[in-house]
Amino acid sequence: MSAAEDAVRAANTRNAWALVTPALILLTFAASGPLLIVLVYSFLTPGQYGNVEWIFSLDAWIGILFTKDIFDETYKLADAHLTIFWRSVKLSFLTTVITFAIGFPTAWFIATRPPRSRALWLFLITIPFWTNLLIRTFAINEVIRNEGLLNTFLIWLGVIERPIQIVYTDVAVLIGMAYVYLPLMVLPLFAAIDRFDMRLLEAGYDLYASRWRVLRRVILPIVKPGIVAGSILVFVPSLGAYVTPRVLGGGKNMMIGNFIELQFGQARNWPLGAALSMTLLMIVMVALLFYVRAASKGSNPHG
Amino acid sequence: MNDIAVEARNAVKTFGQGDHAVRALDDVSVTIRKGEFFTLLGPSGCGKTTLLRLIAGFEMPTGGQILLDGADITDLPPNKRPVNTVFQSYALFPHLTVAENVGFGLEMLNRPKAEVRQTTERMLALVKLEALAGRKTSQLSGGQQQRVALARALAPQPKVLLLDEPLSALDLKLRKEMQTELKRLQHETGITFIFVTHDQEEALTMSDRIGVMSAGKIQQIGSPRDIYTRPVNRFVASFIGESNFLPATIVQGAARLGSGHSLAVEGLTPVDEGRKVTLAVRPEQVRLTAEDEADTIRATVRDLVYFGTDTHCHLMLSDGEEVVARLQSPASGDAGLSEGQIVGLRLAPGAVQVLGD
Ligand SMILES: Nc1ncnc2c1ncn2[C@@H]1O[C@H](COP(=O)(O)OP(=O)(O)OP(=O)(O)O)[C@@H](O)[C@H]1O
Ligand SMILES: [Mg+2]
Repeated sequence: MSAAEDAVRAANTRNAWALVTPALILLTFAASGPLLIVLVYSFLTPGQYGNVEWIFSLDAWIGILFTKDIFDETYKLADAHLTIFWRSVKLSFLTTVITFAIGFPTAWFIATRPPRSRALWLFLITIPFWTNLLIRTFAINEVIRNEGLLNTFLIWLGVIERPIQIVYTDVAVLIGMAYVYLPLMVLPLFAAIDRFDMRLLEAGYDLYASRWRVLRRVILPIVKPGIVAGSILVFVPSLGAYVTPRVLGGGKNMMIGNFIELQFGQARNWPLGAALSMTLLMIVMVALLFYVRAASKGSNPHG
Repeated sequence: MNDIAVEARNAVKTFGQGDHAVRALDDVSVTIRKGEFFTLLGPSGCGKTTLLRLIAGFEMPTGGQILLDGADITDLPPNKRPVNTVFQSYALFPHLTVAENVGFGLEMLNRPKAEVRQTTERMLALVKLEALAGRKTSQLSGGQQQRVALARALAPQPKVLLLDEPLSALDLKLRKEMQTELKRLQHETGITFIFVTHDQEEALTMSDRIGVMSAGKIQQIGSPRDIYTRPVNRFVASFIGESNFLPATIVQGAARLGSGHSLAVEGLTPVDEGRKVTLAVRPEQVRLTAEDEADTIRATVRDLVYFGTDTHCHLMLSDGEEVVARLQSPASGDAGLSEGQIVGLRLAPGAVQVLGD
């Protein structure tokens, strides 16, 4: 390698750094900074009217899993908290599964349309993003509530006699989240399927694979990067969902997001809220770690 | 014993409907014998791929039947047909290694693991790729990918192997190598090969028999020698090799040219008397002599084109018809001819073919 090449390389590196600096500054102050504050707050004592007092305490972290008995000062497992964690993970996982089950055929359908109509389909998929999340969620509420569109219609048809209670159940939360996050699953799946060489299907059939085995052994492994990306894009925001469980799940079917909000609001326990936020972050990171590990096992790094 | 591997009976395939309908195959009937190297040859768009895809099961015929070993397989899906394809694009699975690609078919047939492994190894040895068994297919050269595609299609030991222009993506040298390789593989495995190409030289050198196609129809089926020396029509005569075409009339059992010369031709029947026909003569069968020799046709040299080993001599007959003679270039590089010179032209009786239409 010549000196000139070295110089060019060094200059390129310098330029590259110069270009990412704004992004780095933004990330440091907008992401890492607040995160640091949250971390610090989780080790402080709650103030009387919200906020924090600068006295070190581990109570918030202990409070995530345990409650202190007010009479004998013993610690007991906080069942209510665990239930909320479990529900959050369960609903997020189910949301991911549902959006995949609906999103995969959808993405396949779009990717196999002629190029001109493809743009239209993609555009239609993104329409839900045009309105505010709150409005969309209330719209779903309007559809599934007891006097809503769905129940009225079913009663009119005579299929049911009295309304089915959907709203304020986990099912309602699932419907809402699946609806809201579906595009996030469809788009990366579409990108992966669009790159998929359809001639491989014929190669699969030719080599005695049934349709099901072509799907399992050829299509899914090859579009795996899209499945991984879509699952992450759906699972992570589902876990922290706030609006949907609030509007459709009512007060009882809380998820972590609502529980955190509760601590910063009515409960006036900022340190617990902060500790819960950090816990959520850790759950997400651990989940991602496991998932990416499992997904990349034996798969082609180049997709 | 029945020695027919594949048979297409009156196969018709139309794509699209109404005004846009394309008749890709128009009543094609062909029988391919067991263990034979059969080539489908024809210009682009003549329906070669369509016929192959009908045999593989990727397309359903609009009419007619496909038979394999005497059994009607027209309605069988591709994964139920003991037929494998080497795709023009290779279509190797990018997420699998070379060995996994080769073993794929056997695995889908639910063969025991040990058998899959052994056969895979044997196939890789057959195409000389043992050293690359663990590689991803994206890390292979074109020629190597080609071999993987071959091994993958041969591994399940199909009754028939379909090859759709498998060599067209390779450069000339590799192509020649693979031609020999293919012949060797066919010989060693004894599997019936149906090979598609639009390269006439490839077809002539490799095949046991050739089916020449044009516009969705089979024009002629025969051995390379048959097809070259006895083309049945003008299309075959001009598509395989080069030919001179001369209009003639059959008079008293001979073909009379416009210039008045009579040529002895074979295979005429009395009903042909008086018919107008086209004669085909290969340029290398045209001999030049002195103009005053007996039994020759007088012609004027119009142009001489030097091709290295050959020199093409463009001649004009007295009635204005053009004839090209391919002469071996003499060592001196000078054919001893010059433009405007009058020469005598002689056509051996066996060299003149009477064409149908
Ligand atoms: N799926 C299809 N839809 C519509 N028309 C088709 C389709 N497949 C083939 N055709 C048409 O059928 C005719 C025969 O096509 P085919 O692919 O069999 O030709 P080919 O002989 O293999 O040509 P090439 O040498 O270029 O590969 C062509 O006119 C082609 O346009
Ligand atoms: Mg073709």
